Amino acid sequence: MASKVIHAYYNDDDILMQAVKKVKAARHHIEEVYCPFPVHGLDKAMGLAPTRIAITSFMYGCLGLIVSIVMMNYIMIQDWPQDIGGKPSFSYIENMPAFVPIMFEMTVFFAAHLMVITFYLRSRLWPFKKAENPDPRTTDDLFVMEIEPHDSVENLKDLLASTGAIEIKSIEKE
Amino acid sequence: MYTFSNRLKMGSIILMALGLLGLGVGFVSAPSTVEEAKAMVATQDDGHGGDHGEEAAHAAPAEEAHHDDAHDEHLLHQLQNRPWSALYVAAFFFFMIALGVLAFYAVQRASQAGWSPLLFRVMEGITAYLVPGGIIVFVILVLSVLHMNHMFPWMDAEVVAHDELLQNKSGYLNPTFFLIRAAIFLGGWIFYREYSRKLSLAQDNSDDNRNFIKNFRWSAGFLVFYLITESIMSWDWIMSVDPHWFSTLFGWYVFASMFVSGITVIAMISIYLKSKGYLPDVNDNHIHDLAKFMFAFSIFWTYLWFGQFMLIWYANIPEEVTYFVTRIEDFKLAYFGMLAMNFIFPLLLLMNSDYKRINWFVIMTGIVILCGHYMDVFNMIMPATVGDQWSIGIPEIGGVLFFAGLFIYWVFTALTKAPLQPTRNPYIEESRQFHY
Repeated sequence: MASKVIHAYYNDDDILMQAVKKVKAARHHIEEVYCPFPVHGLDKAMGLAPTRIAITSFMYGCLGLIVSIVMMNYIMIQDWPQDIGGKPSFSYIENMPAFVPIMFEMTVFFAAHLMVITFYLRSRLWPFKKAENPDPRTTDDLFVMEIEPHDSVENLKDLLASTGAIEIKSIEKE
Repeated sequence: MYTFSNRLKMGSIILMALGLLGLGVGFVSAPSTVEEAKAMVATQDDGHGGDHGEEAAHAAPAEEAHHDDAHDEHLLHQLQNRPWSALYVAAFFFFMIALGVLAFYAVQRASQAGWSPLLFRVMEGITAYLVPGGIIVFVILVLSVLHMNHMFPWMDAEVVAHDELLQNKSGYLNPTFFLIRAAIFLGGWIFYREYSRKLSLAQDNSDDNRNFIKNFRWSAGFLVFYLITESIMSWDWIMSVDPHWFSTLFGWYVFASMFVSGITVIAMISIYLKSKGYLPDVNDNHIHDLAKFMFAFSIFWTYLWFGQFMLIWYANIPEEVTYFVTRIEDFKLAYFGMLAMNFIFPLLLLMNSDYKRINWFVIMTGIVILCGHYMDVFNMIMPATVGDQWSIGIPEIGGVLFFAGLFIYWVFTALTKAPLQPTRNPYIEESRQFHY
């Protein structure tokens, strides 16, 4: 399904932020903004829903904590009890302080790694994927705002030009 | 300019009066002879119930079993120490808040932080308490040296004469050097506070940044002085109540406690002043940053608490583990309750980013954190000075009320002395525009 979109190029993140606010105020729908680096507050300006990745991170952390508890209980108490430093591994609770660093590490490990994996899946990134960004310069120094025009293309182009876009293109998207 | 409202002033004076009353009752009801001390413990066994009835009942048969005079003497000292320890713990706790704020303030100055200059006057107001708080702590230390109490066993020549370990330490741990050190520490901290405050006020009326740069240099120098002296202070004023025990990260542990308490008080006073219509430019982003510090340093404190505990627990060397054995056997609720208040509460309540911006949420968490760190100081002092005769009763609450009243009175009086918003700090605009 082909659809017509406008690409507006910016070369400064502050100008981009102002432009996003103006375009939103003019009631246009911004499809996407491609940036070479994360721009603070852009998600709020674009009106994106708040990220839920923090919640997943908390759940992964809890999972990591549980895994570490079960794992250390199996390794150190059930499978191969040892006497370390005069503290025989007869019960989990009495040896628990020794396992706290492991609980901490596994919590962080699970939260961090699974959060990154979640982020990749959610952003539909995987190996050999074809790049989605419309212009290689967005990985260098340019910001691209993608807008779907809903009435006059010319009006929208004028608006974009007034926000400080350095280049404006009409694109037929597949 | 801030005006100290009459209601708050009356409130602080009432707190001080109630506190004095409580401390007075504590001192009057302390036993003066061995017989009185034994009678007090005996009546405690009969009834009372509650948390400690059980503990006292446990202790009773053991006491009767070895009924020697030394033990009774020890009991007398513990009971006599109780009002002194209550006074000392509360005095140190509020002094520690001011000192923690001073360190935080110096960090902001030395790092030339852009977000915080709007809060500098609040911090300077809190650090004004260093003068009365420091003098009171010093007077308590002098009275201890004069044998008014038995909080520091190494000050007793009789004890040292029978203790080889203390004899070996006496080159460092002797009353004269102890007081000289305390005077140097307090002098240095108070000097930096007064001088930095002077430069901070001078900056507002000057037409260049000379005062600001000078303040930056002094703050960086102060941090070096502070980190060394704070560590030594914690050995002297706190660790030496258990003169046989030592822990190399104790200075850090005390630092974490004072830092998080100090930041909490900055957040609470800023929110209070904001609610009264002062500090118009301080917004939720500043509170958010302070709450992040509260959250982070609560975890840092726990890290050090656990680091200290686990190494000693694992190594299991008798002279080291006694410290924790006393706390876990005689202070179970206070010791682990403190952990819940200082770690689990802030961890769960302040984890969510949005909650750090809700002012009353920060206040509620702050109250829990402050209570928790009072308990932390309590757990550092009481097991050595009072032992299993501890309780949180009239002298302890009186101590807290008195010093809370004095703290509020002194801090809010200091806040009226200068405009609450610095005008010519070079970062003031950045601070006004700050959003996270």
